[in-house]
Amino acid sequence: MTAQQKATLQRLGPLLALVAVCSGLAFLSPSFLSVGNSFDVMRQVSINAVIAFGMTLSILLGGIDLSVGSILAVSSVLAAMTMKAGHGAVLAGGAALLAGAAMGALNGVVIAKGKVAPFIATLGMMTLLRGVGLVLSHGSPISGFPSDLFALLGGGYVARLIPVPVVLMLAMFAVFWFVLTRTVFGRHVYATGGNAEAAKLSGVNIDRVQVLVYTVSGAMAALAGLILTSRLDSAQPTAGVGYELDAITAVVLGGTSLAGGRGWIFGTLVGALLIGVLNNGLNLMGVSAFYQQVVKGSVILLAVLLDRGHKN
Amino acid sequence: MKVTMQGVSKSFGSVRVLDSVDFAVTGGEIHALMGENGAGKSTLMKILSGAYSADGGNILIDGAPVTIRSTRDAEALGIAIIHQELNMIPQLSVMDNLFLGREPNRLGVIERGRMHGESASWLGKVGAGQIDVDRRAETLSIGLQQLVEIAKALSLNARVLIMDEPTASLTDREIGTLFAIMTDLKARGVGIVYVSHRMEEIFKICDKVSVLRDGHFVGERVVAETNFDEVVKLMVGRELKERFPQRQAALGPVRLEVDDLTDAGHIAGIHFDVHGGEVLGVAGLVGAGRSRILNTLFGVNPKTSGRVLLDGLPLSIGRPADAIAAGIGFVTEDRKSQGLVLGLSLRENVTLVHLGKYARGGIINRKAEDAAVKELMNELQIRARDAELEVQALSGGNQQKVVFAKWLAKPPKVLLLDEPTRGVDVGGKAEIYHTINRLAAAGTAIVMVSSELPEVLAMSDRILVMREGRQAAIFDAKTTSQEEIIAAATEGLRAA
Repeated sequence: MTAQQKATLQRLGPLLALVAVCSGLAFLSPSFLSVGNSFDVMRQVSINAVIAFGMTLSILLGGIDLSVGSILAVSSVLAAMTMKAGHGAVLAGGAALLAGAAMGALNGVVIAKGKVAPFIATLGMMTLLRGVGLVLSHGSPISGFPSDLFALLGGGYVARLIPVPVVLMLAMFAVFWFVLTRTVFGRHVYATGGNAEAAKLSGVNIDRVQVLVYTVSGAMAALAGLILTSRLDSAQPTAGVGYELDAITAVVLGGTSLAGGRGWIFGTLVGALLIGVLNNGLNLMGVSAFYQQVVKGSVILLAVLLDRGHKN
Repeated sequence: MKVTMQGVSKSFGSVRVLDSVDFAVTGGEIHALMGENGAGKSTLMKILSGAYSADGGNILIDGAPVTIRSTRDAEALGIAIIHQELNMIPQLSVMDNLFLGREPNRLGVIERGRMHGESASWLGKVGAGQIDVDRRAETLSIGLQQLVEIAKALSLNARVLIMDEPTASLTDREIGTLFAIMTDLKARGVGIVYVSHRMEEIFKICDKVSVLRDGHFVGERVVAETNFDEVVKLMVGRELKERFPQRQAALGPVRLEVDDLTDAGHIAGIHFDVHGGEVLGVAGLVGAGRSRILNTLFGVNPKTSGRVLLDGLPLSIGRPADAIAAGIGFVTEDRKSQGLVLGLSLRENVTLVHLGKYARGGIINRKAEDAAVKELMNELQIRARDAELEVQALSGGNQQKVVFAKWLAKPPKVLLLDEPTRGVDVGGKAEIYHTINRLAAAGTAIVMVSSELPEVLAMSDRILVMREGRQAAIFDAKTTSQEEIIAAATEGLRAA
């Protein structure tokens, strides 16, 4: 086996794990592979996947974005308030996405211009924005939106079969794939994450790359917030707690290196699906919630250990 | 003590990096180990010092076979290595580093007094008694850190000391000190394996030289009975016609004018111009401000005063991107930390600077990119199986050619070179010199900083000598000499 083939096999490791888990679950629980259940799983996955796509960018930079859960909450509350004030779904959605992008951009500026470590910068932002969400909503959920269009976002179907969140997830996947593999910006993300000094000396505007990446991450958190709010018909200021960890898990399961510069968006999609499939399968089999955590944690450790084994 | 390696082989994956290599070093000799990059020198020494284990072959000490599975095994047998990248923990003190992993202690509590005394005495033995053992390692110069490493090796009771490119980042004075210590160690019966690319050093300090080529042992010679040409021939497997290719300088009009260039504290009043087609060498001691000139011109550090003109027009450069936009290229000193993104492919590195050339609306045209990379690989003779290979898998010489290629996708008006052939083997050097000459012939103005005086003398048209952040002199390369340059670089310096 050549080094190239080995590398390819290693990249496909997460996919093989996903196929293996799916086969196992199909064997244990016949209803698992039904069309209905498959789309159910993907819909459940979509929110985490959308956040994780943004997270992939920050992790490729060698950074991290811990504030995604709080950004999700604030954008959701903003969208709900906009609709409660009598505006339409389009304006509400636009406001939420813009706000998410702005909060992300603030992260980026603190990190790039203030030279603050991404972990610390986004940790501070996580707490700060959680507070902002609570202040805006006075600590209580905002529920009941009249717009049918908004309800479609989380609950609708395309061609009466594919849930809208799944379509959104796949569309975002396609966009991220294209951006990371085919555009100058994508190349600059890899270069900056791999060696910021060399990238800068090659004329890459690394400050701009960082600000853009965190802006995108914020916007993706806001998009996830919109899907969630639509599904629940309610915006919760406490929504999204712990979502950053699920997203990071998906990214790392997909083979993207926390050290930066190495990884791909397909892995993140697979990682998110793997988590979702495990959740769903364990539910179908009636495994208690306590044991589910044990199983999930074990799978994560195993996957990462296998990955390390390949590298040595 | 005599250490003999017999028929040592080692493979990584399907690549055989050492094929039945023999090598021997005896106490009381300095034995050079030479070979081009990728010849297997480092691997052989890593096996001897326990970092790798061999796939086959034997290691004998005074005729008796021994097994070396770890650095500890090697140290117990009296074999120590000093790596090119020093193994110091920067935040710890000198004595903590000296005794790292074997701190004298009572029930786990470190006996600081004892450590203090012993550290000072070992440092004294390598002529570095002046170092305060409580200083943090990072506050020492590279030269002093190296002496601490040597003291550490001696404290381990090393009878054979392996030194991997020890002079690569030392000043001339530090090299002098190092050689004196090596001679002293030799007199005390220590055997030294000396790995270096600097041919002049081999003939100055070594007793024997062994040469590897492509993982094979090709010969051992007594230094006094061989010469430069024979050693190079052994290394490259052919006769190297010319070490420095000839160039017919055809100077065009002035391209780069630098007037009173000054920064915050490192350089002041630098004044020179470079014509199209000209190579301006920059010589001087380490720390004299040579690299600083290049960094300031390229916008890495801000200048505090002075003017820079390119083709007669004043430049305003605040960051590297401005310099690149103006047509300036910069081959940086440290290719691993500044020149390359090691985890990316050869292709992605080569096109990083001028990626916009192969993109429309931010979208990269892969066909155009691939074609350009292929052309540059041919032009610079970059030897790699394919352009998708991660650049960290390439040899030092090929990596350095990739750094050059980055700047050649658009012909630069000015090219700044900082130690362009550091860590590159003899054959690779000649190819890089050809590239420099070709660029000059095409009208590029080149500023080249180098610590290798023969290189500066042979490649440059004029030579600017730096001393303590000031411009000491500019000489015509045809009429000056090494002695004159060294005199200008050191004149009036206080003895340290």
